[in-house]
Amino acid sequence: MRRFSELYQALDATTSTNAKVAAMADFFRGAPPADGAWAVHFLAGRRLKRLVGGARLRRMLVEASDYPEWLVLACYAEVGDLAETVSLLLEPAGADGAALPTLGELVEQVLLPLADCDEAEQGRRVVDWWRRLDRRERFLFTKLLTGALRVGVSQLLVARALAAAFDLPRSVIQQRLMGDWQPSPAFFEALTRPDDGSVEISRPYPFFLASPLDRPTGSLGAPGQWLAEWKWDGIRAQLVRRRGQTFLWSRGEELITPRFPEVEALAERLPDGTVIDGELVGWRDGVLPFAALQRRLGRKRVGPKLLAEVPVRLLAYDCLEIGGRDIRGSAQAVRRATLEDLARRLDGGTDAAGGPLTLSPLIDFTDWDALAAERARARELGVEGLMLKRGDAAYEAGRRRGGWWKWKVDPYAIDAVLIYAQAGHGRRASLFTDYTFAVPDEHGELKPIAKAYSGLTDAEIRELDRWIRRHTLERFGPVRSVPAQQVFEIAFEGIAESSRHKSGLSLRFPRIVRWRRDADAASVDTLADVRRLLTAGRPDPVAAAEDS
Amino acid sequence: MDKTGLVPASGVAPDGIALIELTDSGLYCRAGDFHVDPWRPVANAVITHAHADHARAGSARYLAAAPGCSLLRHRLPGAAVEPVDYGEPRRFGPVTVSLHPAGHVLGSAQVRIEHGGEVWVVSGDFKRQADPTCAPFEVVPADVFITEATFALPVYRWPDTATVAQEVADWWADNARRGVASVLFCYALGKAQRLLAELAPHLDGRPVFTHGAVESINAVYREAGVTLPDTRRVGDGEQDYREALVLAPPGAGGSSWMRRFGEAATGFASGWMLLRGNRRRRGYDRGFVVSDHADWPGLIDTVEATGAARVLTTHGQSDLLARYLAERGVAAAAVATEFEGEGDATLQ
Repeated sequence: MRRFSELYQALDATTSTNAKVAAMADFFRGAPPADGAWAVHFLAGRRLKRLVGGARLRRMLVEASDYPEWLVLACYAEVGDLAETVSLLLEPAGADGAALPTLGELVEQVLLPLADCDEAEQGRRVVDWWRRLDRRERFLFTKLLTGALRVGVSQLLVARALAAAFDLPRSVIQQRLMGDWQPSPAFFEALTRPDDGSVEISRPYPFFLASPLDRPTGSLGAPGQWLAEWKWDGIRAQLVRRRGQTFLWSRGEELITPRFPEVEALAERLPDGTVIDGELVGWRDGVLPFAALQRRLGRKRVGPKLLAEVPVRLLAYDCLEIGGRDIRGSAQAVRRATLEDLARRLDGGTDAAGGPLTLSPLIDFTDWDALAAERARARELGVEGLMLKRGDAAYEAGRRRGGWWKWKVDPYAIDAVLIYAQAGHGRRASLFTDYTFAVPDEHGELKPIAKAYSGLTDAEIRELDRWIRRHTLERFGPVRSVPAQQVFEIAFEGIAESSRHKSGLSLRFPRIVRWRRDADAASVDTLADVRRLLTAGRPDPVAAAEDS
Repeated sequence: MDKTGLVPASGVAPDGIALIELTDSGLYCRAGDFHVDPWRPVANAVITHAHADHARAGSARYLAAAPGCSLLRHRLPGAAVEPVDYGEPRRFGPVTVSLHPAGHVLGSAQVRIEHGGEVWVVSGDFKRQADPTCAPFEVVPADVFITEATFALPVYRWPDTATVAQEVADWWADNARRGVASVLFCYALGKAQRLLAELAPHLDGRPVFTHGAVESINAVYREAGVTLPDTRRVGDGEQDYREALVLAPPGAGGSSWMRRFGEAATGFASGWMLLRGNRRRRGYDRGFVVSDHADWPGLIDTVEATGAARVLTTHGQSDLLARYLAERGVAAAAVATEFEGEGDATLQ
């Protein structure tokens, strides 16, 4: 674990991507398979199943420290990270000279067995390890115990490091890292073995991610070179059908097949060796709002009632594998034709929406202005905007610019006033960066309407932090209330009725657009103004697209 | 935290008025008619040190510790500054005032205020770690101690300064091997000079390059008799910075001034760098933990050593320190001042 702790320090001490990749590659080259496997597990952002809850760890820390509970909690609020609080708050350890376990031994022989201990025994063991380890190791130990490392590396960077360390193509590593795996020595050996071209049957392909359109459409060239589709407000997913089995993967590489039995049932008619990319949406005579789909998320098993209320479909827009052949290198237009051909073969082309494959329709357009007009209808259709896909683009891994653009509709925007602030976590600990904004209701009473964490520059954050500290009215634990004076323009992507919010509304993806220093609190939007943004009904965009 | 009725009834001077009260202009001694570090112009200002949140322009007369007067005049050109040696008593009417080393920066002082047998001490900003560029903190027994609380949380414990200097030297050597400049950001007044002095054993005759804001303070330190290693102002003559160590104030980061270094490694030296979140948020490559404020053990030990029966806490974690002391049987309360500790200097 000392090597892994040193790797962590090296990763944490640099913002250079190349330096991070080099440090990880060094680690992997010299790592025994068990350590390598666990390192991949943690560096790729996976975590152990929760062994000891945060509240219990805090109690252990209070007991292990010489300080009253409120002071320990104040330290935690300042630091923003429990593992780091543990590492800083406890007295520096006297090295006892005993050998430390390897990363694999630490996880398998120390951490995982905690699951079988009662609370008292867990406390004894954890505190004992805290006292044995030095600050850095104590931090790592607690991090692994509580969750993901979050050290600024992505699975993509881990793949780059593995590819460099074992002289393999990055795409091979990426595909081996997709899907379900257990961090065992066998996994690490398989991950790093030479490339023999074989594919495990459940394994999806790395998702191709679109970039936000950052240039005028006119500069994209002839409209005829591009395919346009709606950008669905759903869940990106890959449907894998191989050897009579179906696997549905979310973009977070989670196997979600059991949560969508209706998709699985329809997929049974797909031929073996087929991989489809598309969007899961709630579907009853058309697309349901995302809020409906949200009810299906977070449930491992879905009951018959919910299944009937919010049936889900996969709107297919790409075909990555057909007849067992990887066609990601073919042109977008060719893959689209393959997908349409597949849909026709399956149901004779009669009723696309009734067959196993529901296609995400293409939008016909001959000039960019006409497409812009289509985009303007997006909100009324309940979609997020448009996708533009270059006809000759290959299906790349990850976010590569140029092939796929997302052209979202402009967000909603309101002016609201700051009423509460709370210190952030992690990178933003010790600054007030989590803000609550309000608008007045019909009685002039301020109702919280949105929480936002992003959108200000670092300089603005520091300035606002100072203002908050000087104008604190009340403190509720970590939250401070401030006079309703600072006005901000808040943008958001969607709005829905909500019984769980005091305002009766919930906003999607709220963020700060700008600090309206010119505006005073009397000029903000009212709750009634915001309510008017609720759209009454949503027509069916698939039908609408087919009409047009 | 009511700003007006701040000082409660206990710790009251013989004539029935609190020796120090909080007014709109700051900490005020009515009996002697002077303010300590006022944030508005007043008649008589007793200054603890030359940092911007403690030494503000516009007052008629300033009293400051002799070693810090040149700094104060540098920051407040034209101000009427009267020097007083550490420990030398001055009368303000019936009140006796003396200044005592605070160990924060050159000439920094605690203010001891005695009236009718009662002693109040205002700590100003202070630290307990050794600093080759200023006189060490002196414990001054007090009935009432007004202490700063910038880092008053037990997570704040400073590493040994020599260890940090070694870390900076290693970082510099690493960058030099890669042929990139090492730009270390730090406050121009105090921190930069302390770092220079601590880095002296690692320089092997090489000069350290400095931003103009740092270099002008270096000159004041040298004139005051503080020994600093050889420094060169960035931009004086043709220079190759590829293996250089450069000290600059945080405000220079991201400015056009930085362009001359091409690709450069950046570091920040501050007590806040103890926290990983701060290191990451600032976007510097490295954080080095060096503070000119007392850490938690320093604060607690100092409060105890003064023997004060009452403690008032200002800036930073003043509420928390007051509560902790109160639970340990010390009469303690927080005072809302406009001092900002180490945080504000990042905006200078």
